[in-house]
Amino acid sequence: MTRLTLDRRTLLGAATAGMGLAFAGRVAAQTGSSRAKLVVVIARGAMDGLSVTIPYADPDYVPLRGGLALAAPGEPNGALDLAEGFGLHPALAGLHQLHEQGQMRFAAAVALPVRIRSHFEAQDILENGGEALRQREDGWLNRAIVAAGGARLQGLSIGAQTPLILRGDAPVSSWAPGGRVRGEDRIASLLQDLYVDDPMLGQNLARGLATEALVADGSGQTVRRNDVEALGRAVARLMTGAEGADLVAVSLDGWDTHAGQRAQLQTRLTGLDQLISGLKDGLADQWPRTIVVVATEFGRTARANGTQGTDHGTGSSLLLAGGGLKPGGLIGDWPTLADNRLFEGRDLTPTLDIRSVFKGLLRDHMGLDRAALDTRVFPDSAAEAPTLGGLA
Amino acid sequence: MAASSTDAAIAVTRLGLGARPGEIARVAADPRAWALDQIRPEGAPQPAGPFADSGQRMAAFLDYQGDRGQRAGASADAEAVRTARQAARRALTDDTAQAFLTRARLGATTADGFAERWALFWANALTVSAVKFDSGAFIDLYEREAVRPNVFGRFADLVVAAEQHPAMLLYLDQARSTGPDSPAGTRRKVGLNENLAREMLELHTVGADAGYTQADVTELARALTGWSIPRPQDRQAAPGRDRARRAALAVEPGPNGFVFRANIHEPGPRTVMGRTYVQRGAAQGEAILRDLARHPATARRLSRRIAAHFVSDTPPETLVARLERAWTRSDGDLGQVARALIEAPETWTPQPTKIKTPYEFIVSTHRALDVPPQRIQPLRQALVEMGQPPFAAPSPEGWPDTAADWAGPDALVKRLNWARTAAETARTADIAAAARDALGDRLSERTRLAVARAESRTEALTLLLMSPEFQRR
Repeated sequence: MTRLTLDRRTLLGAATAGMGLAFAGRVAAQTGSSRAKLVVVIARGAMDGLSVTIPYADPDYVPLRGGLALAAPGEPNGALDLAEGFGLHPALAGLHQLHEQGQMRFAAAVALPVRIRSHFEAQDILENGGEALRQREDGWLNRAIVAAGGARLQGLSIGAQTPLILRGDAPVSSWAPGGRVRGEDRIASLLQDLYVDDPMLGQNLARGLATEALVADGSGQTVRRNDVEALGRAVARLMTGAEGADLVAVSLDGWDTHAGQRAQLQTRLTGLDQLISGLKDGLADQWPRTIVVVATEFGRTARANGTQGTDHGTGSSLLLAGGGLKPGGLIGDWPTLADNRLFEGRDLTPTLDIRSVFKGLLRDHMGLDRAALDTRVFPDSAAEAPTLGGLA
Repeated sequence: MAASSTDAAIAVTRLGLGARPGEIARVAADPRAWALDQIRPEGAPQPAGPFADSGQRMAAFLDYQGDRGQRAGASADAEAVRTARQAARRALTDDTAQAFLTRARLGATTADGFAERWALFWANALTVSAVKFDSGAFIDLYEREAVRPNVFGRFADLVVAAEQHPAMLLYLDQARSTGPDSPAGTRRKVGLNENLAREMLELHTVGADAGYTQADVTELARALTGWSIPRPQDRQAAPGRDRARRAALAVEPGPNGFVFRANIHEPGPRTVMGRTYVQRGAAQGEAILRDLARHPATARRLSRRIAAHFVSDTPPETLVARLERAWTRSDGDLGQVARALIEAPETWTPQPTKIKTPYEFIVSTHRALDVPPQRIQPLRQALVEMGQPPFAAPSPEGWPDTAADWAGPDALVKRLNWARTAAETARTADIAAAARDALGDRLSERTRLAVARAESRTEALTLLLMSPEFQRR
């Protein structure tokens, strides 16, 4: 049994131990259909990490969580074992299968570089990749495209609105289910004439129509709004082929579980699991070159609140899945839930800057160089090394 | 007069919800007076009823909740209870949908376009969202009872009415938040929920950079305990039961269905942002909220938000300063702030910059075509596809408000699809006249020509609706 205890191994001087995050499939040049793919899933509203990667072996977990505590692996409705004293929420069965195949890893206590508990400010920082609020008006995923040479990587966001993470100088596309007018229609070119002095409208409409055509070619079917798995497969279609997207941002809402947390998380996590499962199916032979990262703006209080929920906290979990991932387990250290280890006496203490993981992904998986990551993609972040352990 | 007709087009499109046929010509006599005359002490116009009032809606909601409570019990009638509960839920949802349609019809027909936009702005600044069913059941009442009557009065009165409305108390989980040292808190294992307290500080008043701490949030959350709504049990507390128990459960009713429950209120003085509040009961939270409403950071933050909503994603600092000055001098009189916005020269720059939200785009189309929306279903579907489902702002921050939020590639495709459908079904005969009527002096030569040369009415109208000057305001 690899029931690695949640003890002091984790506390100090662990700058290197357990920090291995490396990727199997780094390539010098991205060519043809075997380009590396990265999907960033933003869980908006502050995902409760302690319910996602459950530290069941931590002696303080059950006392702190009370009625919100999930059962240990092996018990009825118990967590799915991840070894090292952690279990995965039972709604994440598909992800757990990936774990068993060496295609899923997790960090249990990550956070942004700043300690704030405002959703909106924290999401801004998560997406723009700075160290402080309003440091940048663009997003780190867009800057990664620019740093990679602009035209080499294609960016795509899912949903009617482009999220901050993909806004910036590099043109990106967006797509959501639905659609009717086609790019070759006369109206499309007439509108381009109207938009000569309004390049934002002109470029965005052209890109939107091009994306619509790509989906239609792939299936001829439309995706129903609530079918998360079909959404995953449709997104996968937009990622395949010569023009397929390489860097994709998907938002999942509804994680702000102040009350009635159990039922809400069951629904949200089931959706997340289906999304990833749809991506895997749809990407098929691209899956071995893909990594999906699930991140949130901050975690939630270690203790349950008075309404069977949790309030805004600090450290949370981050999930990685994909065939492009090098097998391994926990990333970063476990701070424990001991009373004197809680941040401000109430939250899980973060042990890892979330940017380190993003930088590790962009360097080892997408092939960006360290200098660009330290200065341009994540400005002034040289002190936060990309999490890595070298290549396989 | 050219200047006045340009100003008329700006007034009706930038400050209003777009022009109906003939409106720009009417407003041209005095565009500023057109807007200023809409600042009335009774607030913004109300959608035409009939509607359930808060008492009736609360009764329906408690029936629904009561059914929910019974579900676990009487198992013989489990199926009947489930059916009744579903029916109650559907009735509440239908009421809300109908109210949304009524509001859109008001937007599509009102002559007071500025007052309507001003009311929508404040409803969004103090967002309640129907993404939660419980708050959705009261959201139309929230706008009619808490927001519209107060948008030209003191901000402090608006924000108190908003925070105490059942819609807000349910949306931000306040209704059941319990003081740990309150009578109920010491008996049962229940406690604080700080959601409303945090958003009150961060989003509704001073803003996240105003220097408050987690301790301030918690203190405010303690002060707010007891702010609640009626419960099914309140109705069942029949006379004759144990007097002490009745007294413990007694609630103090307030406006719009608000009740204060002394039983769950955390006793004792509270300190928030350096001030100590010794009031007892509901007055404590209200006193703190009124101070937050009058805080300079609140004036600064909301002045910027007004300027960014009406004038530009990156508003001129001079305009923000003007609004802030009007706010501070008038002690937060929103009528005075509206007046400052209308009288500011920055408001009247001819170049349209703001992208209309999907709601503004759809309502302004109905105005341009002079046909109010008839059914909720197509309206809802259009708004969902463009990213702004009815009454369902994604978070307590409200709908976003910049071009980047609303005019992304997919959103524009959805706007184009909808515009073509609208153009196909419209009965407008003279599209060139419709273009002049909708945009006045803002109609560009390029769009005018494109409309004139279009090969069909559908094509002409689609081009008008998708033109930069119709998409922007």
